[in-house]
Amino acid sequence: MSALLEVSGVSVTFDGFRAINNLSFSIGPAELRAIIGPNGAGKTTFMDIVTGKTRPDAGRVTFGERSISLLGMNEARIAREGIGRKFQRPTVFEDQTVEDNLILALKANRSPWAVLFWRPKAADMDRVQALAEEVGLGDQLHRKSGELSHGQKQWLEIAMLLAQEPRLLLVDEPAAGMTPAEREQTTALLVSLAKTRAVVVVEHDMEFIRRLNCRVTVLHEGSVLAEGSLDHVTRDPQVIAVYLGRG
Amino acid sequence: MRLTALILTALCWLVPLPALAQEAARIVDENRAMIEKPSRQTIGPVIAALAGSGDPMADDILTAWADKRLVVRKADGAMFLAVAEGEGFALTALDGTPGGTAAKADVTELKPNAGVRGLIETALVQFTLSDPDPARRAEALTSIARDPTAEALAPLRASMQAEADPALKAQKERLERFLTLRFDPDPAARVAAIESLGADTALDVRGALNPLLATRRVAVSGTPDGNVARELIPGRDLTEVEAYELLVAGGLAPARLTLEEQRAALVANIDAGSVGGVPVAALDRQAARDRAYTALEASGAVPVAATDDEAAAALAAHRFYEVYAEAEPAVTEAAAAALARIDRKVGLMQAADLGLDALSLAAIYFLAAIGLAITFGVMGVINMAHGEFITIGAYTGFVVQLFVPDYTLSILIALPLAFAVTFGAGVAMERLVIRHLYKRPLETLLATFGISIALQQILKNVFGTQARPLTAPGWLDGALVFNDVVSISYIRIAIFVLALIFLGFFLWLMKRTRLGLEVRAVTQNPAMAASMGINPDRINMLTFGLGSGIAGIAGVAIGLYAKVTSEMGADYIVQSFMTVVVGGVGNVWGTLAGATMIGSLQKVIEFLNPANTLAAQTYMILFIILFIQFRPRGIIALRGRAAGD
Amino acid sequence: MGDGAGPRSDGKSKSFFAQNPSALIFIAFLAAFTLIVTLLSEAYGVGFLSTSFVKTLGKTLCLCLVALAMDLIWGYAGILSLGHMAFFALGGYMIGMWLMYARTEEIVVQALAQGGLPATPEEVSQGIATQIFGVVGSSDLPAIWAFAHSLPLQLLLALAVPGVLALVFGWLAFRSRVTGVYLSILTQAMTLALALYLFQNDSGLRGNNGLSGLQNLPGLGDASQDLVSVWFLWASALALGLGYLALAWVVSGKFGSVIRAIRDDEARVRFLGYAVETYKLFVFTLTAVIAALAGVLYYPQAGIINPAELAPIASIYLAVWVAIGGRGRLYGAVIGAAFVSLLSSLFTSGRLPDIPLGPVALNWVDWWLVILGLAFVAVTLLAPKGIGGLFDRFQHIRPPDRKGAALGPNDGALQEQEARE
Repeated sequence: MSALLEVSGVSVTFDGFRAINNLSFSIGPAELRAIIGPNGAGKTTFMDIVTGKTRPDAGRVTFGERSISLLGMNEARIAREGIGRKFQRPTVFEDQTVEDNLILALKANRSPWAVLFWRPKAADMDRVQALAEEVGLGDQLHRKSGELSHGQKQWLEIAMLLAQEPRLLLVDEPAAGMTPAEREQTTALLVSLAKTRAVVVVEHDMEFIRRLNCRVTVLHEGSVLAEGSLDHVTRDPQVIAVYLGRG
Repeated sequence: MRLTALILTALCWLVPLPALAQEAARIVDENRAMIEKPSRQTIGPVIAALAGSGDPMADDILTAWADKRLVVRKADGAMFLAVAEGEGFALTALDGTPGGTAAKADVTELKPNAGVRGLIETALVQFTLSDPDPARRAEALTSIARDPTAEALAPLRASMQAEADPALKAQKERLERFLTLRFDPDPAARVAAIESLGADTALDVRGALNPLLATRRVAVSGTPDGNVARELIPGRDLTEVEAYELLVAGGLAPARLTLEEQRAALVANIDAGSVGGVPVAALDRQAARDRAYTALEASGAVPVAATDDEAAAALAAHRFYEVYAEAEPAVTEAAAAALARIDRKVGLMQAADLGLDALSLAAIYFLAAIGLAITFGVMGVINMAHGEFITIGAYTGFVVQLFVPDYTLSILIALPLAFAVTFGAGVAMERLVIRHLYKRPLETLLATFGISIALQQILKNVFGTQARPLTAPGWLDGALVFNDVVSISYIRIAIFVLALIFLGFFLWLMKRTRLGLEVRAVTQNPAMAASMGINPDRINMLTFGLGSGIAGIAGVAIGLYAKVTSEMGADYIVQSFMTVVVGGVGNVWGTLAGATMIGSLQKVIEFLNPANTLAAQTYMILFIILFIQFRPRGIIALRGRAAGD
Repeated sequence: MGDGAGPRSDGKSKSFFAQNPSALIFIAFLAAFTLIVTLLSEAYGVGFLSTSFVKTLGKTLCLCLVALAMDLIWGYAGILSLGHMAFFALGGYMIGMWLMYARTEEIVVQALAQGGLPATPEEVSQGIATQIFGVVGSSDLPAIWAFAHSLPLQLLLALAVPGVLALVFGWLAFRSRVTGVYLSILTQAMTLALALYLFQNDSGLRGNNGLSGLQNLPGLGDASQDLVSVWFLWASALALGLGYLALAWVVSGKFGSVIRAIRDDEARVRFLGYAVETYKLFVFTLTAVIAALAGVLYYPQAGIINPAELAPIASIYLAVWVAIGGRGRLYGAVIGAAFVSLLSSLFTSGRLPDIPLGPVALNWVDWWLVILGLAFVAVTLLAPKGIGGLFDRFQHIRPPDRKGAALGPNDGALQEQEARE
């Protein structure tokens, strides 16, 4: 199985602090992967590197069948290549309606001229309606998203990610601040998404990861400490030492 | 004429004559007609003869003559030296014997014109150079230095030997060098004099050397006479118009017709709707006009004038040179070499002077910007009214001087008072406005703009539009002069010291005090600082007050050397912003680096383009816009995650 | 009355005006205003309004147009540019060059024709150069005047020069991700640099003398200022109307949605795949060109332009107008610009009587700026929606409840209070 995303030998230093140290990681085109690690292990920095927010000092990051390098690209270009990112805090455009938010995210030409002359077609509006219904916001299309509850915003953001139709989805702590029922729903959604695309979930919550039932990568001090099934990594003495040692 | 005088004078001094009483009187007597109606052109030898007579009375006679005290008694035509006494004169005969008195009406005063008096005074120099009074000797030296002449050389050399005062002696020797290098008949002596000066950068040395290199431009058809400095190529070293003017001046080509003259000549010769055979309606092209004019030239109706082609041919047929007025090549070479040596040294000194200027400007920008940098660093707030706080500080100083006339005392009162006033204004502004716009930097920017507009107009309404003086204490007048090139005014030194004091104060405040610790904590992470029990509200208020207070002190400092107007702060605000932007926020060293960079840059650009300070500012701002491209966060920036990107 | 957030899924079949009722109201109002002023003018009506007042109204319309541009860049895209009045003035300079050149040419040709000979082209250009540049002690036409003889070319330059300047400056600034207050200060520095440059005598634009006599239209020497003032009023009204429609169309579509999203949270927009810097550059340049167009129409009515027009304070006033009118809504910008600039010319005209306050008298000319400054602070603090907020009183849309938090992490993000439309 050829990898969709291949990160090899990446290092990054902030003011002498090595946030990522010779990290290598790869994920296939339709795979669910969880990344765990203590605070400061480099989880967020890893996502920053893949999405182009942070430039690594060394190493390679390649994406897709043609293994194009992501390193020279800016965030927008990488997103257009098909990498979506969901932040920990729900970030939707609160001043705009649910519909506007979804239209913004719909897969389409992103150049200013194309956007300037873009007008919704019936197919687009149907897609927006379908996405909204999928996340339970079917009757909220004309509400300003700032009025939505925290959970609804999380769902709106997930719908926006789906509208982007990414090939790789990076999800930062999706379960944070969710009710048990919502967690259940999220788990199911992530698992079903991973059938057609690669999904990387960064999470602290072991219980949530157990439900995802996928391969787990443990990061520690900026590099991979262990990789395998959850049971496998939790038996790893190094992992135990890191987690227990740090409390 | 001068040469004759020179030779005469030289002869007189080289062959000292026995002191002959009556000698001066005899010379006067022989040249009576010339003395009574002297002319600058012809009187020289007489004066020289008098001066060289060796008669002790010669000095008195010449002095009296120059002072218009030489009189002729109407009764017998005898000549006397006169001193005003009561209504008339006390007379002295030319041989020094008293001559009684005379009423004003009985004598005719000789009134030589200014040119003649100049000659007399030059001749008198030899006497004053050896005058027993050192003050008069110094005066004579100054007068020679101001207007150096060949005649002064011999008396100067003669007086050097006997000079007792070492300072005057040194001065005489120096002056002797200057005169030698210009006027000595022996080129070798002149070259030696030039070389003895070395690379002395004093202004008088350059003043002595520069005339040697004076040139004039000549146009010739063959090789030029004289000491050629360089050849000039029309179009490169001089414009073609200038070159043609040289030809005309040298009588080598006819004057060129200006377009206006040509037009006037054509209009004057309109004959039945055409000029020189060309119809008037066709004269809307220069070529047609030239044709018409040439036709008129041929018929003799107008003077011959060069057309473009002829002018070009004349230019091609001649060569243009710059020729030294000084005929001796060895001398000009030595002078050029000496000036080059001096220029190199002056260049280095100018760099040092520029460095001092840049430092003092940097100190001013540092003072003006540090308050801004602190509020921006700690609160993320740009205070657009910062410039007005500077103005308020300056006006505080002005008002203090209205009540406290002693300038030293008033400045000492004004500094803390300006701090207090602007500190208060800053705290009030923070409490009333900025607090409510926390985390809304663009709104804060605009609100402080509003305050800035209002404050500036209030100051204008209260203090008027004319500039108010803020006078520095007397002991700050003048400048610390290192030499003719390098100097710095004491006010600038004082401002520099003030900036250093504030740098020290800030480092102490930030690194050594509880307040500094809390300020740094709030700068780095306000939320965390708040959870540790630091009251960010209080820190913000104090920081803002502090930043504004320093603006007030900067205002007093700036007011000392610039005029205080309601707009003076606005003149510094953009530079202050640039200092903050270039230096990077949240760091005293960043502001210092920014101020140094902006200050030096401005001075260097001004130096390269001294005529145009407006252009200097334009280029500086352009440079800063480009600088931001490479260091968007300034010279000294917080990096990595702390920068919050 | 939302310009941007109109319903769209059912708006597919609706016309542009149905989606943007404010645009229709605005156009109707503008047309009525123009008609009334024309009927009251000296040239075409009863002569109730003096020609100078008609000019003031025409100039105000131009200021409304540049305020629209400011609203797009600041109110919608969140970029507080302090350089748009520089683009406005640059447009004015470019058209002023043609006006002054062509007018001087007429005079010079006329003068030379009396000299007995028909003028040569060299004499004409020499005469023009001496006439225009005599004040700065020069008699050569600088190279930048090469196209001044041609109205179409100079009109093109009037839009192209500010446009290219905005493009280059914006590219440099946005590329290095300068945002927020930094960007504002940088634009201010650009404005100051330009103004200082123009203040020099050898800038080729007559230094601090500026260009003058622009109210005389070349080729129309016999048309009185009464007529010209009304023609310019019509042109300004037309430009404002078209500008309003174009911008309403821009902000009501997906483009408007993107730039408002950039204003509130540009990092998030980047992760959606939009090249934020390109969008900003697009809006910056577009608004610069609109500002230049407004300047092209403004300065022939003002009659004179000099580098003081570029002073950074002018751009600050522009921001003040938009803020007082209500940013993030197009009609707010127009109302703000019209209201404040007319009030400003009233108060600074010196025609208002002083108000005696005991021993001193309140002189409006002296105190107007104080009042404006403080009013502006008050608006920023107490009514961030500006005058436009009054219109919301008639609307009954439930506001989002965010406990007063800003709607996004960016410096330019809307506050909750402002978003209630």
